[in-house]
Amino acid sequence: MTLPLSGPPPGLRRTGLLRSLPQYGALAAVLLANWLLFPDFFSIRLQDGRLFGSLIDVLNRGAPVALLAIGMTMVIATRGIDLSVGAVMAIAGAVAATMTQAGWGLPAVLAASLGAGLLCGLWNGLLVALLRIQPIIATLILMVAGRGVAQLITEGQIVTFVSPGLAAIGSGSFLTVPMPVVITAALLAVTALLVRATALGLMIEAVGVNRLSSAGAGVNTPVVLVAVYVWCGLCAAVAGVIVTADIRGADVNNAGLWLELDAILAVVIGGTSLLGGRFGLLLSVVGAAIIQAMNTGILLSGFKPEFNLIVKAAVLLAVLLLQSPVLTLLLPRPKGARPVSAPLKPAIQPAKRESGSVKP
Amino acid sequence: MTPHIPEPSAPLLAIRGLSKAFLGVQALDGVDFTLRHGEIHALLGENGAGKSTLIKTLTGVYRRDAGTVALEGREIAPRGVEEAQRLHIGTVYQEVNLLPNLSVAENLFLGRQPMRFGLVDRGAMRRRARAVLSGFGLSVEVTAPLGRFSVATQQIVAIARAVDMSAKVLILDEPTASLDAQEVAVLFGVLRALKGRGIGIVFVTHFLDQVYAVCDRITVLRNGRLVGERRTDELPRLDLVAMMLGRELEAAAHRIAADPAAHDDADTDARPPLVRFRGFGRARSVEPFDLDIHPGEVVGLAGLLGSGRTETVRLVFGMDRADQGKATVDGRPVRLRGPREAIRLGFGFCPEDRKKEGIVGELSVRENIILALQARQGWLKPIPRRRQEEIADRFIRLLDIRTPDAERPIQLLSGGNQQKALLARWLATEPRLLILDEPTRGIDVGAHAEIIRLIERLCADGMALLVVSSELEEIVAYSRRVVVLRDRRHIAELRGGEVTVDRIVSAIASEPASSGSEGALA
Amino acid sequence: MIHRFLPLVVTIAVLVVGFLLCAMQFPNFASLRVVGNLLTDNAFLGITAIGMTFVILSGGIDLSVGAVIGFTTVLLAVLIEQGGWDPPAAFAAALLAAALFGAAMGAIIHVFRMPPFIVTLAGMFVARGMAFVLTTDSLPINHPLYGDLNDVAWRFDGGGKLSLPAMILLSVLALAVVLAHWTRFGANLYALGGNRQSAELMGVPVARTTVAVYTLSGLLAGLAGIVFSLYTGAGYSLAATGVELDTITAVVIGGTQLTGGYGYVLGTFAGVLIQGLIQTYITFDGTLSSWWTKIAIGALLFVFILLQKGLLAAWTGRGGEPAEA
Repeated sequence: MTLPLSGPPPGLRRTGLLRSLPQYGALAAVLLANWLLFPDFFSIRLQDGRLFGSLIDVLNRGAPVALLAIGMTMVIATRGIDLSVGAVMAIAGAVAATMTQAGWGLPAVLAASLGAGLLCGLWNGLLVALLRIQPIIATLILMVAGRGVAQLITEGQIVTFVSPGLAAIGSGSFLTVPMPVVITAALLAVTALLVRATALGLMIEAVGVNRLSSAGAGVNTPVVLVAVYVWCGLCAAVAGVIVTADIRGADVNNAGLWLELDAILAVVIGGTSLLGGRFGLLLSVVGAAIIQAMNTGILLSGFKPEFNLIVKAAVLLAVLLLQSPVLTLLLPRPKGARPVSAPLKPAIQPAKRESGSVKP
Repeated sequence: MTPHIPEPSAPLLAIRGLSKAFLGVQALDGVDFTLRHGEIHALLGENGAGKSTLIKTLTGVYRRDAGTVALEGREIAPRGVEEAQRLHIGTVYQEVNLLPNLSVAENLFLGRQPMRFGLVDRGAMRRRARAVLSGFGLSVEVTAPLGRFSVATQQIVAIARAVDMSAKVLILDEPTASLDAQEVAVLFGVLRALKGRGIGIVFVTHFLDQVYAVCDRITVLRNGRLVGERRTDELPRLDLVAMMLGRELEAAAHRIAADPAAHDDADTDARPPLVRFRGFGRARSVEPFDLDIHPGEVVGLAGLLGSGRTETVRLVFGMDRADQGKATVDGRPVRLRGPREAIRLGFGFCPEDRKKEGIVGELSVRENIILALQARQGWLKPIPRRRQEEIADRFIRLLDIRTPDAERPIQLLSGGNQQKALLARWLATEPRLLILDEPTRGIDVGAHAEIIRLIERLCADGMALLVVSSELEEIVAYSRRVVVLRDRRHIAELRGGEVTVDRIVSAIASEPASSGSEGALA
Repeated sequence: MIHRFLPLVVTIAVLVVGFLLCAMQFPNFASLRVVGNLLTDNAFLGITAIGMTFVILSGGIDLSVGAVIGFTTVLLAVLIEQGGWDPPAAFAAALLAAALFGAAMGAIIHVFRMPPFIVTLAGMFVARGMAFVLTTDSLPINHPLYGDLNDVAWRFDGGGKLSLPAMILLSVLALAVVLAHWTRFGANLYALGGNRQSAELMGVPVARTTVAVYTLSGLLAGLAGIVFSLYTGAGYSLAATGVELDTITAVVIGGTQLTGGYGYVLGTFAGVLIQGLIQTYITFDGTLSSWWTKIAIGALLFVFILLQKGLLAAWTGRGGEPAEA
């Protein structure tokens, strides 16, 4: 992969790679397990100018969650969360399908549906940054109302359309690679460029780690917050358009349903802390790939797909337990690691501004 | 304030030889403290004196290393605030540790509600709450949420809860820090009444006027050691401040500042000031003040803890918004609506609470150093990576920041090196006015001296500096002018030859212009 | 006093005004039949929302409730239809399982200091997954007792009736009000949601209270699952999807602060009825489309969050917030 995609800057490259070893290891392990269960897993064939095979399938089906995870990563890096991405997918899909059915051209359709996503993100961002509503609550509003808005657009119908152009976005291919995978890779690259080639990434991390200090250093915290929610809305809209294009119709009741949870899971697996700070876009996409590979593996192994949820829950709990400050305290530190300032405050210590006369 | 204090055979509370160390730092070193029945006893000392440690060790939040605590002659060793409360020692903190969302009555009786038929008897609870509070001269709607009342009322409710849970010793940790004059008067009425009931009160505060208004005795700590215990009416203010600051007044009485040239104000005052504040202030924070700062001068802000120094610099940098007064920069009026405006005007600010408001802990030293510069340039104009490294390396060398490399997370550095990195953050923006709040607090000796040399060098280069420090010698050494604060008010401005430790100490200790009662806060 | 009850008063006023507007438009609306149906149709939602109110009051959140309802219906169907259990025994087993499930989440939240949001999210996956593992089909429950229970009702003159689910809902509501305001546990919940640290200093048993509140939420979700299975006469692993959102919405519309510490069970009840009212109105109208329900509820959610924000600022607004760029 190209360099600027993962979180750590070049100076940290070695330790960064080391730190992301668990994610790559997990992905490799899941893929290997799939291969053991299903020896043809890695076989890829070319048919009608498009690649086919289980591995390609994993990437293709994982694309929507990966797209959501890209936006979600940055929101979570600012110590926020966006519960509305599934609903935003439904809205963008509804706009795309309805307009296509009404005879609009592809450019106008894409502009309108992505614009809808941006608008949704802007709404979330304004609630969080200016009205200072907790992110989980602020985005809950759109999560609840968003599907209603989407149904309003499609008037409650499952809108189907015939448009080779739009359909190609979902099921076409580019240089033999399925379109969703290409779009995901492109959006990942653009996002990485946007945050790492500008100072936005630094600002996002700074705001997520310490909003007060960042504001004191002159970081325009409201703008940073609005920006990440807007981008998250855009990513969700892209995912929504892909899903709609794939099934050649908008099913607003089911499009993106519960995908916000998969996206959050992907980000958590990717190692971005729910407490904000350092983030890795590529690793979140790897997280999405792990989730999808597990799905595929469970399917291939003949288990009921229903086991998916339990496996997901187990993975989520395991990752979180590993990050839990309590467990960090219980486990012995790796040799040579420097003690970080104690992560847990003593249980009883009245919060006071001027007190701690003695700092160890 | 009657000098007549009855003394039963055993004192109410006797602390002997109390010691406590944290990771080798001796926070309390063999401290004695005696509290008698029916007295209000001030526990005073500057930052790091050991007041908080004493209280936390007494109430069992910390375990003591050595020493004894006896309550009415019986040895006690509580293991937590709750147990201390059961042993009749109640504590009330500055930030009221009650629950603003619960009603007054529920706050008073949480965990010990009157029960009837297995359910909480709300009627009885209300009646008992009214009865308890009327004993404190408080008549409030006890079913209303506590948060709707003033901080003073909340303090009194907290005191009432502690006393009603059979406290014989009441510890008040800076209870007046966020009260206005009238509220303080009400609170003091309550304290005097409690005193009349034989309760012993330990009163921690930074307001000397309040000490003289309500306390019978004073115990002063400094650097974890007992300086002395005196009766209030036998201890003049000047002596008290000297005890707190640890100055030998006689020896230094006529000392002139070491370097008179540093305080020569002939040429700079003639030039127009860089910044000028007139009637600048904020309610409940700091009273309106006038302040000029010229290029190439250091203005020091001196005063005891809680006197309004930090509040002043936060207003100047726009961290808190002034609600009155005018500010001009280069003679042009400006509105300081936030740090971003201040930074655009060429200000920089190193806050007192480095960890909470200064550093961005997880980020690297390099990122912390370039953060303000980058923020000012905007996110669209990233500082190229190479340039970032150059800037970071330059300041790491210049300020001798001890770190293996610029990529280490700043939270892993020592306090002194974090402070230097924060200084570097602002120096990288080439500020015209640098504001430093306690720049040498919690820093090892070597770094301390370096930071002071740096301040002097920056000043010589023509930068304007506004520095808050509790270290008076330090402030005298580098300041051309010193503004002295007390009780959230700028009370004196010393310049030239006046800038000496003694003058500052006497200014702090001077009787307030008003009647000298507890009203001095207004 | 006005201040304190304002959110509750506003919610109840919205409910009453809404009901009156409906009644003015549709003559049949103001009848015991409609009210009875409103209670019956929203019984499982109301019971769940009451549990959610306690969790939110304590400063937490429980995203697993919908999944627990689904799991309970499936468990009941499997036990009764495939295991041949007596329904009462199955009910007891389901309640126990749901309560233990809640207790386990509460324990994880407390012991590992993990955000309730994420722990209960995992809980949601687990509960749904277990339901799927039991069966993915919709399993009808044909036990005669189910028919009998569904016939239990207090009939009014004029065709209205108070069904068993509605009665359960009203009993749970009454018990919940007592629990919230006349027990130490209730006071401890409010204290915990107000400020965990202060509550601890004032002697609130934080661990016990945290585990207890998630246990209670699980138990009530289990009860709601029983009611839901009575109502639908089937067990289905996808039952009650999204109910966690509806309940959270009801709690917020009911005037409870999502950050904990402020709110009333009665408000939640009103919030549930407002949602039901909107749905009933749209059914009565016949021309309006169902999606207006979601949009209207989303709008109400927004308005109530703003209202709370303003009120909280008015309560605690001594001195402004520090300026930020």
